[in-house]
Amino acid sequence: MAEAHPVGFQWVMEAKQRGATVIHVDPRFTRTSAHADVYVPIRAGADIAFVGGIINYVLQHDRYFRDYVLAYTNASAVLSEDFADTEDLDGVFSGLDRELRMYDMETWRYQRSEVRAAAGDRTPLRDRFTPQQLRQVRRAARGEAHGSGGGAVDPVHDADETLQHPRCVFQVLKRHFARYTPELVAEVAGVPEETFLRVCELVTANSGRDRTTTFVYSLGWTQHTVGVQYIRTAAILQSLLGNMGRPGGGILALRGHASIQGSTDIPTLFDLLPGYLPMPHAYGNEDLDTYVAAESLSKGFWADTRNYMVSLLKAWWGDTATAGNDFCYAYLPRLTGSHSTYETVLSQLSGVCTGYFLLGQNPAVGSANARMQRMGMASLDWLVVRDFSMIESATWWRDGPEIETEQMRTEDIKTEVFFLPAAAHTEKNGSFTNTQRMLQWHHAAVEPAGDARSDLWFAYHLGRRIRQKLAASSAETDRDRPVLDLTWDYPVRGPLAEPDAEAVLAEVSGWGADRTPLSSYTELNDDGSTSCGCWIYCGVYAGGVNQAARRTPGGTQDWVAADWGWAWPANRRVLYNRASADPDGRPWSDRKALVWWDQATRRWTGHDVPDFIADRPPDYRPAADARGTEAISGTDAFIMQGDGKAWLFAPAGLVDGPLPVHYEPQESPFSNVLHGQQHNPVREVLTHPLNLYQPSGDEPGSEVFPYVATTYRLTEHHTAGGMSRFLPYLAELQPAFFCEVSPELAAERGLEHAGWATIVTARSAIEARVLVTRRIQPLRMRGRVVHQVGLPWHWGPNGLTTGDAANELVHLALDPNVYIQEDKALACDIRPGRRPRGPALLDLVREYRQRAAITLKTGTDT
Amino acid sequence: MSLDPAARSGYADHPPRMGFFTDTSVCIGCKACEVACKEWNGVPEDGLELTGMSYDNTQSLGASTWRHVAFIEQIDHPGQPRWLMASDVCKHCTEAGCLDVCPTGALLRTEFGTVVVQDDVCNGCGNCVAACPFGVIGRRETDGGAHKCTLCYDRIGDGLTPACAKACPTESIQFGPLDELRDRAQARLETLHEAGVAGAQLYGEDPGNGIGGAGAFFLLLDEPEVYGLPPDPVVTTRDLPRMWRHVASAAAALAAAALISGLGGRA
Amino acid sequence: MKRDEQLMVPAAEFGSYYGRPVIKEPVWGAPAIPGYLFLGGLAGASSPLAAVAEFSGRPGLALAAKTTAAGAIGLSVVALVQDLGRPTRFHHMLRVFKPTSPMSVGSWLLSAYGPAAGAAAACAITGLLPAAGRVATVAAAVTGPAVAAYTAALLADTAVPAWHEAHRELPYLFVSSAATAAGGLGLLLVRPEQAAPARNLALIGATAELTAKSLLLQRLGEVAEPYQSGRAGRLMEAAEILTAAGLTAAAVGGRNRIIAALAGAALVASSAFTRFGIFFAGRMSAGDPRYTVGPQRNRKDRKDRGDRGISPPPAGKPARAPAERGDLAAAR
Ligand SMILES: Nc1nc2c(c(=O)[nH]1)N[C@H]1C(S)=C(S)[C@@H](COP(=O)(O)OP(=O)(O)OC[C@H]3O[C@@H](n4cnc5c(=O)[nH]c(N)nc54)[C@H](O)[C@@H]3O)O[C@H]1N2
Ligand SMILES: Nc1nc2c(c(=O)[nH]1)N[C@H]1C(S)=C(S)[C@@H](COP(=O)(O)OP(=O)(O)OC[C@H]3O[C@@H](n4cnc5c(=O)[nH]c(N)nc54)[C@H](O)[C@@H]3O)O[C@H]1N2
Ligand code: SF4
Ligand code: SF4
Ligand code: SF4
Ligand code: SF4
Ligand code: SF4
Ligand SMILES: [Mo]
Repeated sequence: MAEAHPVGFQWVMEAKQRGATVIHVDPRFTRTSAHADVYVPIRAGADIAFVGGIINYVLQHDRYFRDYVLAYTNASAVLSEDFADTEDLDGVFSGLDRELRMYDMETWRYQRSEVRAAAGDRTPLRDRFTPQQLRQVRRAARGEAHGSGGGAVDPVHDADETLQHPRCVFQVLKRHFARYTPELVAEVAGVPEETFLRVCELVTANSGRDRTTTFVYSLGWTQHTVGVQYIRTAAILQSLLGNMGRPGGGILALRGHASIQGSTDIPTLFDLLPGYLPMPHAYGNEDLDTYVAAESLSKGFWADTRNYMVSLLKAWWGDTATAGNDFCYAYLPRLTGSHSTYETVLSQLSGVCTGYFLLGQNPAVGSANARMQRMGMASLDWLVVRDFSMIESATWWRDGPEIETEQMRTEDIKTEVFFLPAAAHTEKNGSFTNTQRMLQWHHAAVEPAGDARSDLWFAYHLGRRIRQKLAASSAETDRDRPVLDLTWDYPVRGPLAEPDAEAVLAEVSGWGADRTPLSSYTELNDDGSTSCGCWIYCGVYAGGVNQAARRTPGGTQDWVAADWGWAWPANRRVLYNRASADPDGRPWSDRKALVWWDQATRRWTGHDVPDFIADRPPDYRPAADARGTEAISGTDAFIMQGDGKAWLFAPAGLVDGPLPVHYEPQESPFSNVLHGQQHNPVREVLTHPLNLYQPSGDEPGSEVFPYVATTYRLTEHHTAGGMSRFLPYLAELQPAFFCEVSPELAAERGLEHAGWATIVTARSAIEARVLVTRRIQPLRMRGRVVHQVGLPWHWGPNGLTTGDAANELVHLALDPNVYIQEDKALACDIRPGRRPRGPALLDLVREYRQRAAITLKTGTDT
Repeated sequence: MSLDPAARSGYADHPPRMGFFTDTSVCIGCKACEVACKEWNGVPEDGLELTGMSYDNTQSLGASTWRHVAFIEQIDHPGQPRWLMASDVCKHCTEAGCLDVCPTGALLRTEFGTVVVQDDVCNGCGNCVAACPFGVIGRRETDGGAHKCTLCYDRIGDGLTPACAKACPTESIQFGPLDELRDRAQARLETLHEAGVAGAQLYGEDPGNGIGGAGAFFLLLDEPEVYGLPPDPVVTTRDLPRMWRHVASAAAALAAAALISGLGGRA
Repeated sequence: MKRDEQLMVPAAEFGSYYGRPVIKEPVWGAPAIPGYLFLGGLAGASSPLAAVAEFSGRPGLALAAKTTAAGAIGLSVVALVQDLGRPTRFHHMLRVFKPTSPMSVGSWLLSAYGPAAGAAAACAITGLLPAAGRVATVAAAVTGPAVAAYTAALLADTAVPAWHEAHRELPYLFVSSAATAAGGLGLLLVRPEQAAPARNLALIGATAELTAKSLLLQRLGEVAEPYQSGRAGRLMEAAEILTAAGLTAAAVGGRNRIIAALAGAALVASSAFTRFGIFFAGRMSAGDPRYTVGPQRNRKDRKDRGDRGISPPPAGKPARAPAERGDLAAAR
C-alpha cells in the first residue's frame, strides 16, 4: 500500500502512531512491510490457504463474535440436501459440468420447507434455455453484475439459531475449513507457523465489541484465477469477527487509476450499466419486464431495480422514453457472452473486431500477454489511440518487439493508426471516485495545450458529428434511432467548446419531473417521472449544488468528515453501518459507536448517515409475504443482500463456488496439497497458439519452469508507463527494468547484482537488470525451497527509461467471475545474461516449450 | 550557542527561524519530496543510472538533487527486518561552511535563518562545494553555478510550505519554526524510546554541535554514517582563525627565509 | 567494495552508505588548481627573492625572479579563472571582502600583488621608471609571501579531510614548497655567481618542506593515507625524491652551472609534484567515506564516552564494539 497508494498510506501511518498494529502479507518485503509491525512472507497465489487458516483458527477456538454472527450473517441458514462440498468431492462443489466448464448453482441454495408466494418469482433460467445458452449467460460475467448485491436467494428459508444443524452454514463452514491448520498453511503458503499464529492472535484479539480490524487488499488478491474468492475469504472472516459495517472494520479494496472506482460505478466494463445494473443479455432479458424479473431481488433495495433502470433510460433517451415503448429498453445493446478486453483481442485475431478505440490504455505493455495484444491490434482495420505520450500501443507497428523478431513487417500491417493527443486531468473539470466511494471534483488549472482535448470533449463532439451524419443520411430508418434519440444537449464552454462537466454530473445525479435535482435514490420512480444517470450517484447534485466539490477541511468538522466530497450512496461513509449497532439498535460499544436507534425520535441516527430505513425500528419483523424494502427486518443490516445477511456462504452470485477453496494458480510448480483438483475448474482459459500454458505441479515438464514469478508496481512508476517513463523526474528514480531475486536464487542461477537476467515462460522471454536482495526471501515448504522472482511491470520500449515488458510473459487465464488476468502468480525460469535478439528470441522460447512438451491443450484441464 | 543566525547576519527585526524536522521513522520512501522539489524549483533530471543501491537511484544530494531519499536494507536486523528510508536535505547550518567560504557573497543568510545561493552572483568558484561538511551543495555541469536547497525561499516568503514538505504524505518532513520543531522532535524521540525502538536518535539538532545546530535536522533510527551522513561534522571555519595565524607566520617565515638567503654580501 | 563487485544490495553493517562519499569531491580541476597553487607559490616566493637579489646587487637574479613572478602569477590567474564554472563572472570575486573566505582574501591579495609583480617585472625588463620599479619590487616582496601562504588556507578551509586536518602544517609546507620552487628556478635560470640567494632559499625551502611533510604525515594519522597511496602517493614520493636529490645536489654542487641547473629543475619539479600530490590526496580523501567518517566517529565516540564517564550507552542505543563499527575496510 505504501508503494502504490502512498497518499492513502498516511492514514495507516497515523493509525500506527495511535497504536494500531499493522500486518503486511506479501511475497516481497516492500516499503509497506518496512512499516508493518508484522511482516508475513507468503508464496504468491496462496492467500486462500492463509486467510482460510485464520477462519479455521477462529472457528476452532470459538473466537467469532457470536451475537453478531447470529444476528447479521447467514450462519444459521440450512443448506439444501443437494449441496456437496469440496471436502466431499475432492476439490469441486456439487453442480460442476466439466464439459461446459461451469457450475449449476441450484444445489448451493438454502433449504426452504415452506413454499413461498410465487408472484414475481423468477423462472430459473435453466428451465428456459439450453446449457450452451446458459453458459453464454454465465460467461457474460454475471458474477460481477451481482457483486454489489449478491445473487438471488430465498429470503425465507430454513434456519437453525443454535448453529448445530449439520447442514447449517456455520457447520458447513467449519467442516470446509477444518483442514486449514497452521501446518497446512505452512505447507501451502510457506508462512511459518509461529508467524501465522501470531497473526491469528492479533486479528482475533483486535476484533469484537470494542475493537475492529480492517483488511486492505489490492491486486495481490485480485489478479488470480480465484481472485474473487480471495476477497470472499476475507469477507467470511470479517463477518465472523463482526468487523463489517463498523468503524475501523470492513474490507478496503484499494482501487487503481485515480477513478477506477468511478469506472466501475459508471462502468467502462462490458457487462454493466451504471450503478451495477447488469447489461441486458440476449437470453433472459428480452424486454424490460423480463429484465426486471430476472435481475431484481424480491427483498431489499435491489427489489427497486425497475426504478433505477427506468430512470437510467430516461436520462439517456429523455422524452423519447415512455411507458408505451418500454422506456426505449430495446435500444440497449445485448450481450451474447463475454466481451471482455481479452475476448476482444481474440476476436481481433479472428477478424471479427476490426476497429478499436484506446482511450487511456496501453495494452501493448500493460495487458497480459502483450504480444497477443499487439498481434490483435495488427489485425485491425483501424485503431484510435488517445494519450498524452507516444505510448507503445500507438507505435508497435513501426518499432514493436515483433518487428525485431520479424514476426511483423511494417509494410505488411494494414491497420490504420490514429493518434489523438489527450488532455490531462489538470486540464479539465471532472470527478474522481476513490477507493472509499467518494467523489471529489477537480477543476481545470490550465487549458489543454495544442490539439489536446479532454475525453469528454472527444466523446461529446464525436457523438455530435455522428448524429449529424446519421440525421442527414438515415433519418427515417429505425437502426439509428438509439443514437439519434439520445439526449445529447450538454452546454459547451470556452474557445474549445468544452462540454460542461457539471451538466453531466447533474444528469448523472438525476432530476424529477420539473428538472428539480433529486437528493436520494429512494426518490426514484419507475413511471418515467424521474431521470437518473446512475442510481447510486443520485444526490451528488442535490439542491443543484456540486456536492463532490465540497472541501470543508477535516479539522473543522467531526471525524466522519461528511462535508468533504460526497460518497455514494447518499453520502454514506460506512456501508451497512446498521451492523455497528446490536440487534436492539444500541452501539456494540461506546468506543465503536457509529449509528444507533434513537427511541425518542424513533429514528436511526449517529455520526454517519445510517445505512438503513430511517424509521424502521430494530424490532420490526416483516410479514411472510412482504416484498422489497418492506421485507427488510429491523435486524437485516445488509440491506442490499437478498436475505439481508452477510454471507458466510454465498448461495448465489459467484460462478466458481459458494465457498473459497485453495487452488493452485494456472501455472504453479506445486500440486494442490488439499485436493486432487489442481486448478479452479471453471477458470477461463483462452486457447490460442499465442497463449500457451505451462504444465503445473506433478505434470511432466513443470520442472522446466521451477520458479514463482509475480508482477507488481513501484511507487516511482505508473502502470504501463505512459505517465512515468516519459517524464524525466520519474524516469530517473527507477531508470531501468529490473527483477528482484534472493541471494540464494542468485547463487543457484549465477545471477549477478546489477547484471542482466533473462526470464522465460511459454509465452516469451524478457531481460531485466538484477537486484539481488534479502527482501526477497526463499520460502521453505513441503521440504522444498521456493524461489520467487519479482517483476515490476512498468517498462516498455518507448520513453526515457526503456526495457522489456513483464507482460510478454503473462498468460491469459482469467478469474471466471470478473475476467481478471492472473498477473500475480506465474511459473518461470530465470537465467543469467541478456536475452537473444531478433528471431533467436523465438527459438529460445520454442526450445523451452519443447522441453516442457507444451501443446495447445497443456494447462487447459478443468 | 545562539540559534539565531539571522540576527547575527544583521536582520534586526526578522521572522522566526524556519527549518525542517525530518522524521525518518515515518518515511515510506515514496520520493514525492524529490519530485516536488524538482518540479517547483525547475531542477533538471540528474541521470538515468541503475545503481543497485536498493531503491536509491538518486545516489546523493547535489546541484541537481536537493532532496535525496536514502534506502538501507537491514533484513537481518535483530528483532525485526528493517528497510530504512530517509530524506536528506541541506542542513541550513547555523554556522554554514558554504556561506563562510563563498568569495562572492552569492551564498547568503535569509531573514528566516536559512542559507540560499543567489544564482546571478555565483561565479562557480566551487569553494562552497569543498566546504560543506555534508556534501550537500554542488556545481552543475550545465550552467557552472552552485545549487542547493533554498528551503523554498520563494514559497516560505509567501507563507507557503516548502514543496517537499507539502508533498510528503506521511509528514516525515515537517516544516515550521525551528523552536517548535525541536520540541516536537524531542517528544517523538521519547515516544520511540519508550516503544523500545533501538537506535533512534536526533541528528544535527544540538546547538552545541560542530555546526552550531542545523536548521534542518533529523530523527534517525541508526547511526548517521549508515545513512551517509557524517557522524560529527564541524564547520571548517571554526579552525579558520588558527589557519590564518599559521598562514601569517608561514608568510613571515618565507619573507624571513628570503632575507636570510640574501645575507652573505653582494655578488 | 566497488559497486560492480557487490553480490547484492549490501547490508548496512559497515559505517558508510554503499561506500559513497559523505562529502563532495572538490570540483576544482587539475591541472588548473594544483597548477595555480604551484605558480602562485613560485610567484609569491620569487618576489621577495627578487627584492633580496636587487638590494644585494644581483640584477640578473632580480630580473629572472621578477619575470618569473609576473609570468607565474599571470598564468596562475588564467588557471584560476579558467576553473570557474562561470569564468565571465570572475570579477564577482571582488564584489565583497570576506575574511572568512580564503578565496576572497586571496582575490584581494592577488589584486594587490599581481599588479605590483607585473610592474616590477615590466620596469626591470624595460629599464623604465626605476624608482617606481623599486616601489613595485618592495610591494611585491611584501605581499608575495602572503600569496604563497594563503592558498594553504584555501585548501585547509574546506571539509576535505586530508586538507582540513592538515591545516596547521599546510601553510608551512606551502611556503617551503614555494621557496623550493623559487629558489630552484633561480638556480636553473641564473649563473651560479648571482644565484647564491636562490640557492640559499632553495636549501632552506627544501629542508623545511621535507620537515613539514613528515610532520604532516605523522600528525594526520589515518587521514595521512591519501598522501601515501595512489596517484597522490606516487606524486608525493616523486616530489620527495626530487627534493632530496635537488637539495643534495644544490648543497654539494650548487656552484657548478650544470649541477645547479639540474638541481634547480629537480626542485621546481618537486614543488609542482608536491602541489599536485596534495591536491589529489585531498580529492581522494573526499571521495572515500572512511576519511570523513573514521575520524569523526572516533571523535564522537570519545565525546560520548567523555560525556558519560565511560558509562553504558543510553537506552535504546545498542553498544557497538569499535571493531564492529569501524570495519571501514568493508566500506572500500
Ligand atoms: N505508484 C503507483 N501507484 C499506483 C499504480 C502504479 O502503477 N504506480 N497503479 C494503480 C493501479 S491501476 C492499481 S490497480 C493499484 C494497485 O495497487 P497494488 O495492488 O498495491 O499494486 P501491486 O504492486 O500490483 O501489487 C501489490 C502487492 O501484491 C503482492 N503480491 C503479489 N502476489 C501476491 C499474492 O499472491 N498474495 C499477496 N498477499 N500479495 C501478492 C506484490 O508483491 C505487491 O507488493 O495501484 C494504483 N497505484
Ligand atoms: N503484469 C501485470 N499487468 C498488469 C497489472 C499488474 O499488476 N501486473 N495491473 C493491471 C492493472 S490493475 C491495470 S489498471 C492495468 C493498467 O494498464 P493500462 O491502463 O493499459 O496502462 P496505463 O499506463 O495506466 O495506461 C493509461 C494511459 O492513459 C493515459 N492517460 C492518462 N490520463 C488520460 C486521460 O485523461 N485521457 C486519455 N485519453 N488518456 C489518459 C496515460 O498517458 C497512459 O498511457 O494494467 C494491468 N496490467
Ligand atoms: S498519484 Fe495521486 S492518486 Fe496516486 S497516491 Fe499519489 S496523490 Fe494519490
Ligand atoms: S549543509 Fe552544507 S550547503 Fe547546507 S548550509 Fe550547511 S554547509 Fe551550507
Ligand atoms: S560556487 Fe558560487 S556560491 Fe559557491 S562559493 Fe563560489 S561563488 Fe559562492
Ligand atoms: S525546501 Fe524547497 S528547495 Fe529545499 S528541498 Fe524542499 S522543495 Fe527543495
Ligand atoms: S515524501 Fe516524505 S515519505 Fe516520501 S520519501 Fe520524502 S520524506 Fe519520505
Ligand atoms: Mo489497476
